[in-house]
Amino acid sequence: MEFFRQTLVIAGKDLRAELRTKEAINAALAFSIVILVLFSFAFDPGEQETVDMSGGLLWIVFAFAGTLVLNRSFAREVPNDCLDALVAAPISGAALFLGKALANFALVMAVELVSLPVFGIFYNVHWTARIWSLLFVLVLGTWGLTVIGTMLSALTVNIRLRELMTPVLVYPLMLPALMSAMLLTMQLIAGKPLGGENEIWLRLLVVFDVIFTALALVLLETVLVG
Amino acid sequence: MREKLIYILGAVAAILLARNLYSIFMVLPDEASQGMIYRIIFFHVPAAITAMLGAGVTLITSVLYLLTKNLKYDAISVAVTEVGLAFLAANLITGSIWGRIIWGIWWTWDARLTSALVCWLLYAGYLMLRHAIEEPTDRARISAVFNLFAFVDVPIVIFSIKWWRTQHPQPVFWGGGSIDPAMYLTAVLNLVALVLLGVVLSLIRLRQEEVQREIDSIRRYAHAV
Repeated sequence: MEFFRQTLVIAGKDLRAELRTKEAINAALAFSIVILVLFSFAFDPGEQETVDMSGGLLWIVFAFAGTLVLNRSFAREVPNDCLDALVAAPISGAALFLGKALANFALVMAVELVSLPVFGIFYNVHWTARIWSLLFVLVLGTWGLTVIGTMLSALTVNIRLRELMTPVLVYPLMLPALMSAMLLTMQLIAGKPLGGENEIWLRLLVVFDVIFTALALVLLETVLVG
Repeated sequence: MREKLIYILGAVAAILLARNLYSIFMVLPDEASQGMIYRIIFFHVPAAITAMLGAGVTLITSVLYLLTKNLKYDAISVAVTEVGLAFLAANLITGSIWGRIIWGIWWTWDARLTSALVCWLLYAGYLMLRHAIEEPTDRARISAVFNLFAFVDVPIVIFSIKWWRTQHPQPVFWGGGSIDPAMYLTAVLNLVALVLLGVVLSLIRLRQEEVQREIDSIRRYAHAV
C-alpha cells in the first residue's frame, strides 16, 4: 500500500506541476493539430484513402506529440537538483517510475482525446463506430508509448545531446507497439471488430506493454542511481 | 594466448570459407525454381544467425555487467554489438538483393523485414548512445540497460515468420522446411565459418577496446599528475 501511496504522490506532483504551467501539453496539442493539418494538404485523401491511412496518421500524431510530453518528464527535474532530491527520497525506483508514467499517461491521453475529434472534423471520418474497442486500443498503445518514453527520458537525462539522441532511441523501441496500434486503429475506424485476424496484433500490444513495464520498473533505479 | 586463438580460429574460418566458396560456385547445381540466385542463402541465413547469436551474447554480458559492475563485460558488449551489427547489415543487404531478383522488389514492410530493420536501428542506437556518454561507468550502465530494452525485438525478428503471414519465405533449414542434404551441409559449414569469423572479429575489436581503455586511463593519470 505504501508503494501505491508513493506512486500517487509522484503522479500528483507531476500532474500539478504540468497543469500549472501547461507548457508541454500546449506544445503537444499545437503540434498534433499542425501535423493533422499538414497531412491533409500533403495527401489530400479521398474517403476510402482516409480510412486506410487513419491508423497510421493518428498514431504518428500521438507518437510525435506524445514524445514532446514524455521527454520532459525527467528532463524537467534536472534544474535545481530536483532529480537528486527524487533519487534521495525514501521511495523505490519502481514507485518513482510508475508515478511519472501514470502522470505522463494522463497527459498524453488528454492530447489524444482532443486530437481524435479534430481528426474526425478535418478529415470527415466517422471514427465512433467501434468507440469502446478504439479507446481500449488507445489505452494499450498509449501505455506502451508512455513506458518507453518515460524510461528513455530517465536514461538520457544526463547525456550530451539529449534532445537529438532521444528520438533516435525512442521510435525504434516503440515500433512494435506503434505498428500494432496503427493496424488495430485502422481496422476499428473502418468498422471491423477486434479479434480474428487482428488478434495477433492485440496480443503483441499486450505482451509489449507487460514486458516493457516490467523491465522499466526493475531497471529505473539502476539507471538513475547505479 | 589470445592472439594465438585469433590466428587459429581465423585460419579455420578461412579454410572453411574457401571450401564453401568452392562448393557453392563449382559443385552445387542451380536450384530448380530460383536458378543461380539461391546461392545467396548460404550467406544470408548464417549472417542472420551470427547476428542473433551476437545479440544473445550482448544480452548476457549486459546483465553480467549490471550484476557485477566489472567493465570487462562492457568491453565485450560493445565489441560483439559492432560485429553483430555488421553481420545484420550483410543479412539485410543480401536479402534485399535476393528479393529484387525473385520478387522484383528491393524491400517490403512485412513483419520479418521490418523487425530486422528495427533491430539494426536499435543496436546502431546503442552504439550512438555510447558515443554520447563520456564517463566510463555511466556509459557502461546506461548502455547495458538500453541493451536489455533493445534485445526485446530479437525474439520478434526470429519468430516473425511463424507468427505472421510474411512476404519473407517460410523456414528452409529448420522448423519444417526441407533442403537437399548436399546444400544443407554447405550451409551448416558456412554457418560455422561465419560464426568463427564473427568471433575472430569480436576478439580483435575487444583487443582494440582494451587498448583504448588503457590509453584513456594513462591519459587521465597523466593529467592528474
